[in-house]
Amino acid sequence: MSEFLSANIPKFISVLSAIAVFFIVLGVIFAIAGRANGKKARPIALTIFLGPALVLLLAGVVIPGVRTILFSFMNPDSNKFIGLGNYQWMLEDPNVKVIMINTILWIMVVPLFTAALALLLAIMLDRIKHESIPKSLLFMPMAISFVGASIIFKFVYEYNEPDQVQIGLLSAIVNFLGFVPSDWMLSKPLNTFLLMIIYVWTQMGFGMVILSAAIKGVPSDIVEASSLDGAHGWRLFRNITFPMVKGTFIVVLATGVVGALKVFDIIRTMTGGNFGTNVLANEMYSQTFVQFDQGKGSALAVILFLLVTPILIYNIRSLRKERAHN
Amino acid sequence: MSKKIAEHTPGRKIFSSKIATTIVWIVTIIWTVPTLGLLVTSFKTNENILGEAWWNSLLNPDFTFENYKGVFLGDGSASLSTGVLPYFINSIVITLPATIFPIVIATMAAYALAWIRFRGSDFLFFSIFALQVVPLQMALVPLLLLFTGGAHIGSVQIFPALGIAGDFAGIWLPHTMFALPLAIYLLHNFISGLPRDLMEAAYVDGASHFTIFRRIILPLSIPGIASIAIFQFLWVWNDLLVALTFASGTEEVAPLNSKLASLVGQYGSGYTQLSAGAFITIAIPLIVFFSLQRYFVRGLLAGSVK
Repeated sequence: MSEFLSANIPKFISVLSAIAVFFIVLGVIFAIAGRANGKKARPIALTIFLGPALVLLLAGVVIPGVRTILFSFMNPDSNKFIGLGNYQWMLEDPNVKVIMINTILWIMVVPLFTAALALLLAIMLDRIKHESIPKSLLFMPMAISFVGASIIFKFVYEYNEPDQVQIGLLSAIVNFLGFVPSDWMLSKPLNTFLLMIIYVWTQMGFGMVILSAAIKGVPSDIVEASSLDGAHGWRLFRNITFPMVKGTFIVVLATGVVGALKVFDIIRTMTGGNFGTNVLANEMYSQTFVQFDQGKGSALAVILFLLVTPILIYNIRSLRKERAHN
Repeated sequence: MSKKIAEHTPGRKIFSSKIATTIVWIVTIIWTVPTLGLLVTSFKTNENILGEAWWNSLLNPDFTFENYKGVFLGDGSASLSTGVLPYFINSIVITLPATIFPIVIATMAAYALAWIRFRGSDFLFFSIFALQVVPLQMALVPLLLLFTGGAHIGSVQIFPALGIAGDFAGIWLPHTMFALPLAIYLLHNFISGLPRDLMEAAYVDGASHFTIFRRIILPLSIPGIASIAIFQFLWVWNDLLVALTFASGTEEVAPLNSKLASLVGQYGSGYTQLSAGAFITIAIPLIVFFSLQRYFVRGLLAGSVK
């Protein structure tokens, strides 16, 4: 026990002192800079308020990003330029081809399925009593880490030989329906879709909650007027509800695409990228930190970045529009 | 919301109440059962986990706390000799500063972008907004190199090695950096919506930006800050990529989530360790989620609905 304490008490001391130092430094700077007045007051205030964030963003995101682009044209140790070699490897390597196909599958299937299910549930939630209970439970997986979610589903997807008890829910259900279960994580291409389910399970609640808020925001007189005109069911949805929440639906889709592109924890925990389930973000990690090839790893990161740029451009455009509007 | 308004929302006219209620509850059950399965499994003995499906165990319960005891304090096995308690502490030690630092820095930046006029402020805001979607992967390797070897131009060292790789500071810093774009954007939405008159009145009275920030902005932004803090807390607690990259896997610094991930890969780590370990890992986020759900939802909505 005393060994345990001597190993862990310093951790608490370091965290408390780090936080204390942070606030003391901030307080001192505020006290000193607050005295400045006249012409210098504004530039000083700007520097202090904005400076730390800008320095951290430059040093932590912008400059490393540029260096990663440079590394992608270099050898594994990043000390010699090799031109387009790493990109050529991507085009030629059959494993990378599988990775690209899987990644594209992920960004096409997952966001659409997540957003569609979220919209359906949001509409139906609007219709039921005590909506907060199912809403909470459907939303809950969002608080669970991808690693935790993967372990939860490891038990769901557990498979035993046919003569043994099936302790995995999926195998048991398949058994119950009269089919023979298989070792799910080894069955291509089904395994990729089973991994996608884990992602959808964790992220669907996000879409549902914001779509639900958007639906509540649809003015009731519009709904009332159109239903007096005889619009019900599908027609009401297509002509009124969907157009009104389209913006939010696109936000959910875009968030889904960015998230699905970066999926790493699930793949790593469930299959380690084996059995034909590998994706870009996982291969980026493996190339960099397992194969120690910073060149290939960086090139994969650059591809990841290129794939999000359409969304980046779309986001900037809509923010512009929104600001012009106000 | 009054009953009358609820009657006129679109859902009312698209599905009948019975169908909607049935489907929602079926999906809710499907959504909840996997977690329930893990919870039940984590209280079973190893032979019991293998020999009997967890839903059958509910009928003839034979549960034990041994798994939790073993996982927390160590069960003598190769994969868990000392238990996860040190990792649990690491997670707390990592998460607190990695939540507080970026949010304080982002609140300051958001105030400057919203209420101090200067040339290029719009450009800066858009640039920070754009950084939100840049994948972490773009920054990992160079940042790690900066921590271990400093920065060079050619062979000239322009920045010394920070020497914080594998240290707690080496995890707080990347988390702080990566959190800023989203936090600044969300807090800017919040802070720029505060009433202009308040700020102008204080300024006319001779208050400095620092006084305005402390006396007006901070108190009024507490709800916004709280919701973003919950987000950041969950994000850091649940993170794997930053932890794997910047914390070595040892019990000195590695967080719970990365320990859990390593248990999965380790041969011989049993179902009891996995299930109890997973539940210990997700317990804190679930408590945070259920007790602060209202703030959490507000944070989500601030970021995405317009």
